[in-house]
Formats: sequence, C-alpha cells, structure tokens
Amino acid sequence: MSAAVEFREALARAQAREMEADPSVFLFGLDVPDHKSIFGSTKGLLEKFGPGRVFGTPLSEDAMTGMAIGAAISGLRPIHVHIRVDFALLAMNQLVNMASNLRYMSGGRLKVPLTVRAVIGRGWGQSAQHSKSLQALFAHIPGLKVVMPASPQDGYSLLRAAIQDDNPVIFLEHRWLYDVAGPVDETVSVPLGKALVRREGKDVSVIATSWMVVEAMKAAEILQQRGVSLEVVDVRSIQPLDEGTVLASVRKTGRAVVADYDWAFCGLSGELAARIHKGCWGALKAPVERIGFAHVPCPTTRPLENRFYPSAVEIIRAAEDLLGLSPTELSGEEFYSWEHKFKGPF
Amino acid sequence: MKDEMKTPVHMGVGGEAIPVGVLSALPTGTKTFGTYRNHSLFLASGGPLPSFFAELYGRLPGPGKGKAGSMHLASPDHGLMATSAVVGTTIPLALGAAFAEAYRGGDGVVAVFFGDGAVEEGVFWESLNFAALRRLRVLFVCEDNGLAIHTPIKDRQGYRSLTEAVAAFHCFVDSGDGADAVDVRDRTAAMAAAMRRDGGPGFLHLPYLRALEHVGPNEDWKAGYRPRPSDADLERWDPVRRLESHLKVEGHSQAELDAVRAEVAAAVDKAAAAALAAPFAGPEELWTDVGA
Ligand SMILES: Cc1ncc(C[n+]2csc(CCOP(=O)(O)OP(=O)(O)O)c2C)c(N)n1
Ligand SMILES: [Mg+2]
Repeated sequence: MSAAVEFREALARAQAREMEADPSVFLFGLDVPDHKSIFGSTKGLLEKFGPGRVFGTPLSEDAMTGMAIGAAISGLRPIHVHIRVDFALLAMNQLVNMASNLRYMSGGRLKVPLTVRAVIGRGWGQSAQHSKSLQALFAHIPGLKVVMPASPQDGYSLLRAAIQDDNPVIFLEHRWLYDVAGPVDETVSVPLGKALVRREGKDVSVIATSWMVVEAMKAAEILQQRGVSLEVVDVRSIQPLDEGTVLASVRKTGRAVVADYDWAFCGLSGELAARIHKGCWGALKAPVERIGFAHVPCPTTRPLENRFYPSAVEIIRAAEDLLGLSPTELSGEEFYSWEHKFKGPF
Repeated sequence: MKDEMKTPVHMGVGGEAIPVGVLSALPTGTKTFGTYRNHSLFLASGGPLPSFFAELYGRLPGPGKGKAGSMHLASPDHGLMATSAVVGTTIPLALGAAFAEAYRGGDGVVAVFFGDGAVEEGVFWESLNFAALRRLRVLFVCEDNGLAIHTPIKDRQGYRSLTEAVAAFHCFVDSGDGADAVDVRDRTAAMAAAMRRDGGPGFLHLPYLRALEHVGPNEDWKAGYRPRPSDADLERWDPVRRLESHLKVEGHSQAELDAVRAEVAAAVDKAAAAALAAPFAGPEELWTDVGA
C-alpha cells in the first residue's frame, strides 16, 4: 500500500504496467501525447514508450476506431482514448456494428482485445455536448463490456483488467475523479464483473455508479449522524453485471435507491430496478427509488447544471422517503463543490 | 427456386476478375477485407467451397457456423479477415491490419475491397488520410460497377474524378480493366512492389459490369434504371470469357477450358449438396462466441 495516489496517476500507472508487460499494447487518441495528457492520465507514457506506441491521431473517430479494431483482430491490444464520451458517438458505427459482433460472426475465430477509454460527466459548464455518460447505450449492445471505476484503486486495477480482456471494453472515467486521491495497491487485481460493497449498512442500499458512488458515500456519512445506516454498492462493471452482490445487499436492507450517473429513462437504473424487484420481491419493504440526470439536454448555466446532475442531496432525500423520515437539515453540510476543486476551463 | 439460402445473397457475377487478379499478385495468406459482395473474394482467398456453401445454407460447418451468412463470409484462416454489410466499415479495419503489420516491422500489403458507393462514406477519406499520413501499406481496391443499388454515380458524386481526388493524397493510384484478371494482376503486382519499396497506400480503381440485380440471382435489365448492354458489351465485360481468351492466346485448347468448367461445376454441385446435408447449429450455439 502506497501513499495516496490520484486517479489520473493510477490510470497512467496501469497503462505503463500493461505496456511494459506486453509489447502488443499501444495507446492512442486525440490529445493523448500533448502536454495536458488527457487530464494527466497519459502523462509520461510517450517519453517512456515512444511515438510508435503512444500517439495522437487526425480528427477521425470513425476510422480510428476501425483502425483499432483491425489492429486488435491482428493481434495487438489497442487502448483508444476519447477526451469526451460525446466524441465516441462518431465511433458508434464501428463499436456497435463491428467490434461487438466480429467474434460472433467469425464463429469464434476472431477476438477483439480493444479498450476504449472515454471521459464522462460533469466538468465546468460543459453543456449538452461535453457532459454525457452513455453507459446504457454501450451496455445495451451484446459483445461490448462496460466498466465505470469510482476510485484510484479501481481505476488502476480495472483498467489493467480491461486491457488484458480479449473483448472490447468501454472504460468510462468521470471527469472529477482525476483529482480524487486514495490508496493504490499495485498488486491488487480486480476482475471485470464484480460489484463492491463500499460501505456496509442496514437500512437502505444505495446502488451507485461512477461519481454517484462518491456522492453516496457522502450521503451515508451525513445520514449516519441521524442514526440512518446506508449500504453503498459500487456497481463498477455494468456489463458483465454483478447482479448477485446487488440483490444480496437489497435482500438484507429491504430498501434500494439506484443512483446511476446517467439519464434514468431507458437506462441502467431501470434495468437494476427491474432486477431488484424480481429478485428481492418478498424482501422489499418499499418500491425501488431511481436517481439520474434530469431528462433534458445538459444546460450550461450553473444554477440549472446543479439541477441537472444529481448529488448526495437527492440520495439523502430518496432514502428519507423510503424510510418515512422528515428531511434532514442540510444547510450546514459541505457537498462536493465544483467551486473549489473542479476548476475550468475544461 | 427453393429459397433454401435464407440470407441476402449479393452476387459477384461480372466482378470476379478483381479479387482473382489482385490476390494472384499478392502472397498467399495476405490479409484482406471486403464487403457483402464477397463470394469471389472468399474463393480467391482460398476459402474452401464446402465452407462457402455451408455458410450460405446456414449450416454449422460454415466459417461463421451459419451465424454470418452470405453478407459476412470470411475466413481468417485464409487471410480474409472480415467482410461487412454496413458500407465502408471494413475499410478502417484494413488500416488497423496494416498498422499491426508496420508495428511489427513488416512490409506486407493489406488489401481491402469496396464498391464505388463506399467512397462516399467519410470513413473512406479518413482511412485514406491516415494511411497516407502514417505510410501504411493498405491497398484500396475500388470495385466500380457505377451503381449503389440502383443509383448511378452521376446522382451521387460531386468530384470531377475519383482517382484525381485520391491522387491528392500521398498514395499510389492506378486504374485498370475490372473484367480482365490479367490486367488486374499486373497492375496490382506493380503497385504492391512500389508500396513495399516506398511504403504508403495504393488505390486501384477497377470498373466492371454488375451482371445481375443488386441482391439476388436474377438479371434485371427490364427494371428500367439502366439499359441492357449490347451483346458485344456483355461479352466484353464477362471476366470468364476474357480470361479464357488470355488462356487461348497462351496455347490452351477449348477442350482444356471446357474440362475446367466441367470440373468446377462438379465441385460446386458436390459442395452444395454436402452443405444441404450438413446440420444446422444447435440451440446452444445462439449463445456461443459472444465474448472471448
Ligand atoms: C452504411 C450503409 N448505408 C446504406 C446501406 C444500404 N446499401 C447496401 S448496398 C448499398 C450500395 C453500395 O454500393 P457500392 O458501395 O457501390 O457497392 P456495390 O453494391 O455496388 O457492390 C447500399 C446503399 C448499407 N448497407 N450501409
Ligand atoms: Mg457499386
């Protein structure tokens, strides 16, 4: 166990480790080799591995994704980075029509060991085109795996697992996580497809993804002062989904808030709610609550942006509703504030 | 017609000389990519006739276990890595295969076959740009039948000349006779030699006559979207006759050519019958090969 490591550094270490271990791993994408190095997450890799293995590209997301797929079926292990998941939409044709089904249509002869890293979520007034998450869109497609780390340790371990995986893996990194520091044990491996109970509790299970895990931990701290005990389950892997860990938690608490970092409509939160209702029917004390983005395009102006993205406050209110409690006084609480740490311009 | 091939079948009749010519100029096992109009490419790559018919009839011994069908015929074991029914989608895959070749220090050429419609997709130009930029040895082979389904080029393309537009990139460019396997072979050989020597992509523009409807086994001259060519033109654009005249010039007799035709016909009948007798995939196969 080392001193606290920032998420960005954890990702850079994971990539360095895989690139050292396997010469077939290469890393590319717009802005990957520049001085800003994708929020610092590719820092030092160009210097270490050279321009043959770490390089930038033309603005051609479609062809560059196809290039990565062609390299992957030829035995290489590409890591393709999108500084915003919104830009990966130009790659959907290749991801959905090609990467996801080449193995199936080749009778198992081809494999596609491709990692697509994409930055998601809230930044600094990013508006409607630099702010999405889209995990449901990717996870809807058979043949794609989808991973959403929420801590430096998972950033490190899950990115290594993604690179080692022989399938296309979409690795979604929340913009705010880069600044989060925490312990990283480089000997820990985490397989894809395992959720994690981040905090044990007995009253309500909060099933959370990506940044909502951070918000859920904050909500749990606040409610604990009132004697309310939240259990926080970090889904971590959307596809494959660890249904067992989720259902076990809800069977124990009897109440669930699904807090997904995405739009709720037709999203992962609906999938989880359906599975919980079916799998925990007899144990449920109340219907499952769902929390997600407001079902509108993301607005720029701060007061509306604050309403668009859910936070610990919505989790607290949902838990109170489930328990029939009056609203907790929150005026003295400090929430994760973009006014302090998460500065612009991007 | 018995409709026993339950898969949209895009016949390559009229275009056979292109993959045959290109692949006879490249080493066996060369990595190739193609489209849904892939029958000639599959067989020219060395894909076995029994596998071919098995896939078309949806049978388990097909290379895709019948899950791929006619539009996605491939045989990675023979170099044909993938074909696709979404226009343009295998073009960047060829880029990746050529990248992998260069990454490992090789100088092999990767060939990708696509129609005149595919060049209208942005991904073609993105891929050409990247291949030119990174000096990747991608041989872009444009199988130009002048049609995208029923729409002629004049209603689709705004450039003065496709080859001139491509020539604006750092790329070898040539045009040939898409009905003449020998011409295609010789041009490919020259271009591949230049690509191996200097690096970078090549673009071969090969016009040919699509003899049948866009999809399916029928002629459709009466449909009205294009005139029926004269008998002389039909003969001029028939790649089998064109090859036969080359062979005759080289001294092969009509009897020898007839014998080859009979041999091929017998092999086709045998493979088709074997495929029809082969089993379909069992229900468990629905769920296999989704992930590695
Ligand atoms: C991206 C995409 N758009 C539209 C279609 C429908 N479509 C199938 S074949 C075809 C024509 C393609 O023409 P061309 O590339 O010249 O190939 P050809 O069929 O002539 O061999 C079209 C438009 C498709 N399959 N994929
Ligand atoms: Mg055409």
